[in-house]
Amino acid sequence: MADTKPEITIDHIGKDYGELTALSDVSFNIEPGEFLAMVGMSGGGKSTLLRMIANLETPTRGQVLFNHQTREESQVVIRMMFQEDRLLPWMTVLDNLSFKSHDTTQQAEAKKLLHLVGLDDYAQHFPNQLSGGQKQRVALARALMSHPQVLLLDEPLGALDALTRRKMQDLILHICEQQELTTVLVTHDVNEAARMADRIVVMKHETNYAEFTGPADRHDAGQVGVVAENVLAAILHDKEELNA
Amino acid sequence: MQKSATLSPALPPKAKTRSFSYKGFLPFLIPVLVVVIWQLSSSMGWLSSNILPSPWAVLQDGITLTKTGELPKNMSISLYRATLGLIIGGGLGLILGFLNGMSNTARLLFDSSIQMVRNIPHLALIPLIIIWLGINESAKISLVAIGTMFPVYINTFNGIRNVDPDLIEMGKSYDMSNRQLFQKIIFPAALPQVLVGVRYALGVMWTTLIVAETISANSGIGYMSTNAEDFVDMETVILCIVIYAILGKISDLVAKSFETLFLDWQTLGRSGK
Repeated sequence: MADTKPEITIDHIGKDYGELTALSDVSFNIEPGEFLAMVGMSGGGKSTLLRMIANLETPTRGQVLFNHQTREESQVVIRMMFQEDRLLPWMTVLDNLSFKSHDTTQQAEAKKLLHLVGLDDYAQHFPNQLSGGQKQRVALARALMSHPQVLLLDEPLGALDALTRRKMQDLILHICEQQELTTVLVTHDVNEAARMADRIVVMKHETNYAEFTGPADRHDAGQVGVVAENVLAAILHDKEELNA
Repeated sequence: MQKSATLSPALPPKAKTRSFSYKGFLPFLIPVLVVVIWQLSSSMGWLSSNILPSPWAVLQDGITLTKTGELPKNMSISLYRATLGLIIGGGLGLILGFLNGMSNTARLLFDSSIQMVRNIPHLALIPLIIIWLGINESAKISLVAIGTMFPVYINTFNGIRNVDPDLIEMGKSYDMSNRQLFQKIIFPAALPQVLVGVRYALGVMWTTLIVAETISANSGIGYMSTNAEDFVDMETVILCIVIYAILGKISDLVAKSFETLFLDWQTLGRSGK
């Protein structure tokens, strides 16, 4: 079993799609239990890097290490939450959580997690009976099944309205802190990144990146705003460089 | 949780309500009207019984043939041929559809040949099958099997190929085995399309059987109809046509009940809104 809070090492990762280079050489560490956000322009390789951490894509160059071991060696449990809820429409909410196994332990864990995300009363509903926010909460609960050590969030709140989005941010932050998860969030929203993350990595085209520390108090709108402005400036600077 | 307590309250799943409605009778309106007008036309002498006997006469003929045992015997043999042909053809279509849908190697090996054979009208094979198998049971069952195999194959194949790749990726990200992926994601996702194939195959099943029994048989509803034609027994000819219509409708209801049974999740959400 892997350490509860694995350190993730992005070790000279590169990814090519034929002639196109999505990432040429990226390296950084994600500390155990850290909440890291990746932001940047579209096509900057954020989601590609996240998918490589999730082992959904193979790097062309370099490797991703968990506590200095490969994914297979470390047996770290990684779960990913996608932009779309990706719930199975033919299963009830409860079955969507325990779809890998219907044993009583899994069912009990699923019910506990539904309680955690405030959907106890929806266990027997089908996904298309839920709102967008409720679906994403089910997807979050599903991602927390099997006690993951790493939670990857690929713009999971992008399609939600502002109020639901804020509630989901709070819920995710609360769960990540409580369960000491190493979390990586990909988002286009610099305010969301500034509000949620301990550290923000701005993915610049192909190779470079800039880092920002999250606000000391994420409930202080002023501090969050300053960090968000700095992050945005870095993204705009990258865009100008690219255009030049 | 404090945070979750502020979120919107749960609504219970809406139960399907049954209420008396004229809409329930609408599907029966036209058939009932046709029978009434038909009977009236016969009773008033507007329709000659040599051209079209009255519904009442057809019904009486049905009762007589049931009492003599001729109708139950021919119906049961037709049902046997149809069911066995569908099981064999539909089963083969299902297996080939899943195989080619799941495996690129199998698709490259089989699909092109299957598509070539599929374009031959299966009824055109009747002379060949009579030469090979005679007019015994295997000939008619083979024809039904060939006819029903392709709709099931095509729909199963497309159902598998059109499974949302995002769902498969989700399954992989949750470390699902290939078997789990098939059981929990691919098969349920393809099922609506598979059932469309089965429903279509049921229609083909009866069409094929009618033709096969009319051309080469010494039993079955088709044979009964051909035999009646030889004796200009119009009541029995019409009776056979009505029986085919009823059997077709029953098949459709069976297919619909499968959809209700396995795909209830598709309608629950919409009614819950």
